[in-house]
Amino acid sequence: MPDAAERFVQAFRDAAARRQPLRLRGGGSKDFYGGALLGEVLDTRGHAGIVSYEPSELVVTARGGTPLAEIEAMLEEKRQMLAFEPPHFGAGATLGGCLAAGLSGPRRAAAGAVRDFVLGVRLLDGRGRDLAFGGQVMKNVAGYDLSRLAAGSLGTLGMILAASLKVLPRPAAEITLELEMPEERAIDTLNRWSGQPLSISASAWSDGGLRVRVSGAASAVRAAQEKLGGERVDEAQATGFWRGIREQTDPFFAGDAPLWRLSLPSHAARIDLPGTQLIEWGGALRWFRSQADASFVRAAASRAGGHATLFRGGERSGGVYAPLSPELARLHRELKAAFDPDGILNPGRLYPDF
Amino acid sequence: MGEALPVEERIDARIDAARQREVAQALRAFLPERCVLWQEEDTRPFECDGLTAYRQVPMVVALPESEEQVQRLLKTCHALGVPVVPRGAGTGLSGGALPLGDGVLLSMAKFMRIVRVDPLARIAVVQPGVRNAAISDVVAPFGLYYAPDPSSQIACSIGGNVAENSGGVHCLKYGLTVHNVLAVRGYTIAGEPVTFGSQALDTPGYDLLALAIGSEGMLAVTVEVTVKLLPRPQTARVLMASFDDVEKAGNAVAAIIGEGIIPAGLEMMDRPATRAVEEFVHANYDLEAAAILLCESDGTPEEVEEEIGRMKAVLERSGATRTSVSQNETERLRFWSGRKAAFSAVGRISPDYYCMDGTIPRKRLGEILNFIAEMEKKYGLRCPNVFHAGDGNLHPLILFDANDADQLQRTERFAAEVLEKCVEVGGTITGEHGVGVEKIDQMCVQFKPAELAAFHAVKRAFDPRGLLNPGKAVPTLHRCVEYGRMRVSGGRLKFPELPRF
Repeated sequence: MPDAAERFVQAFRDAAARRQPLRLRGGGSKDFYGGALLGEVLDTRGHAGIVSYEPSELVVTARGGTPLAEIEAMLEEKRQMLAFEPPHFGAGATLGGCLAAGLSGPRRAAAGAVRDFVLGVRLLDGRGRDLAFGGQVMKNVAGYDLSRLAAGSLGTLGMILAASLKVLPRPAAEITLELEMPEERAIDTLNRWSGQPLSISASAWSDGGLRVRVSGAASAVRAAQEKLGGERVDEAQATGFWRGIREQTDPFFAGDAPLWRLSLPSHAARIDLPGTQLIEWGGALRWFRSQADASFVRAAASRAGGHATLFRGGERSGGVYAPLSPELARLHRELKAAFDPDGILNPGRLYPDF
Repeated sequence: MGEALPVEERIDARIDAARQREVAQALRAFLPERCVLWQEEDTRPFECDGLTAYRQVPMVVALPESEEQVQRLLKTCHALGVPVVPRGAGTGLSGGALPLGDGVLLSMAKFMRIVRVDPLARIAVVQPGVRNAAISDVVAPFGLYYAPDPSSQIACSIGGNVAENSGGVHCLKYGLTVHNVLAVRGYTIAGEPVTFGSQALDTPGYDLLALAIGSEGMLAVTVEVTVKLLPRPQTARVLMASFDDVEKAGNAVAAIIGEGIIPAGLEMMDRPATRAVEEFVHANYDLEAAAILLCESDGTPEEVEEEIGRMKAVLERSGATRTSVSQNETERLRFWSGRKAAFSAVGRISPDYYCMDGTIPRKRLGEILNFIAEMEKKYGLRCPNVFHAGDGNLHPLILFDANDADQLQRTERFAAEVLEKCVEVGGTITGEHGVGVEKIDQMCVQFKPAELAAFHAVKRAFDPRGLLNPGKAVPTLHRCVEYGRMRVSGGRLKFPELPRF
């Protein structure tokens, strides 16, 4: 059987020769996300499998087409986890897609994002070069950090053939508390709590209700519970609730209204947009279901020191990400050209112009 | 594109007096006299950074005092085609701030202001010349601190930390610079303002912040850094454990992590290292132990109590011959004092030492330590080891006398072999000190030509003319070909009958 990676090299070369763009795709669970879907589909799932997993080294290495669920199930057996809690958004989510999308779940504010856990990648760039950056060790400053650059690049720089990620032990104890408070007070309170050693690992506010998850040693969780107050949420219900936030199956995300993702400084004041809102990450992530005009939403996010993404639905033809400054836009184009000079990989998926 | 001139050709460059006058004059157009140094007695102090084996007096030293001056300096140098080497506190250990004889050394030492601390948002906005430890000092009244703590933290600057992606003894739990910096503002070599990252947790587009951090001053010049502050743990205690065998100590480290514990710090020192530091700091180390482990737990008092108990049980199961737990803050600091002073202590027992920085998968520790022991015999040089055991980052220290040219050469070969062994076992040539000029040849071993070409392409995206800190961190392909030839002849011919003892 020919190595799947070799077939990808061939496909890349053919595409370059024909000037025919390719659309890199794993399980297709994130087809809704990002910019345009252009080009012939190149399915990454033929290149799958866990390459190595060493619980005591805190590292897992797997091929890009490996189902995310398979990796998580294996970690679970050793009571470890991907601490950035990547959303799957569907049954078929792959490791490569997870990295390329660069999305993180409820634990992000406490534990870090995808890019914080990337130790190394094997990247097949637009010229069909099989490039390895980073490695399998925690500390590595040899060469520019191109493995983290691959995270969130939406397949525009290359196909992620394999990646090594840092994993963490599951917390010994985890509880969820429920409190009632209005928006401004919730934002302020979450910021104050984040400045104290309270082991808060997730938060979600909407419609006057705040849920906070606390994780750590049993004694630390008990101590935090006393300090935070509120009602303890039943464990099974809490697990389901956080899964609903992470996978966007919570009722807040139902329906067709455009979903805006506002990434802001955590202490940014209340954002006044029409529609409904859900706040995560201690105030740093604010989801809006809003019909408001894109320029209006972007201006509000920008005034608050952050940026807005049209995450799901809405009018997407004008681009879904906040525009870049001219110098950053130039750097993006130059980097794209360095890895994919023929522009064959996921054109338009990140920004309309490359 | 013309590849940047190899560094060895640049550092031997004679200073061209006419060019020096031209550049100094151009800078004087907007910099006061005190900010432009060119006479050798003034520029000599900048001839090296923390890696003193490489020296080059810069053509001109500039010490701007405002951001506008930095921007103008970059535009001026860019227009004149003069290379610029940025420098922070000059404590770097890989020669990343080694000056160029035909270049301007841009010292950011005067940018020492803490611009803003926001305790609610848990951020500090600081200028690049601010010392690492100063940030934690300033925010301590708010119960906050800046987590990365390189051993040089009382002297090293945050701008340098960003350039090198510095770590420290607590990075297993709290991460490196890249995990603790929210934004970097700076200028490209053309003088274009750029901001990477923001006060939010992400920015649209490519993660240029991750790319800029650890780029060794080759992509942009930093003028402002926004760091993330963490709540200071209520308490911390250190468990010190002795082992009669280094490999057992290594296995104990794996056992702790296998148990689901991420200690705040997890450090190992071998006997030669503990003996060297004990004489210096009297930390009460077990001098009979083949290796000692220092395991720190932090958090609430209950949490620490619980974790220390679990760690102690694991260590005893793993064959620790002695364990002791710090009973108070003074004792905790004393346990750490030896580890933090390891480099200076070693400096007292040897005229010179060469500090390596390879990282390996922890399970290969025994193999690497045996290899180092073999190299000690092969090259006739001693090599104590200190080791960030939790994250596999080794700092073997080769002891030598730089006045003896032969020893220096043996040291370099010794280090090269160890770093190449690190790559062979799946690790890297540098965990936290950077490549600089020091490990540039070993980059040829770690990376394939296509990967090095990708690094050069990234550099060109930011700096098409190759004027910002050229010649560092990424070797030219030509250099790698030369190095490949030398390695073969070195291994076969150069040292066949070295003394073994």
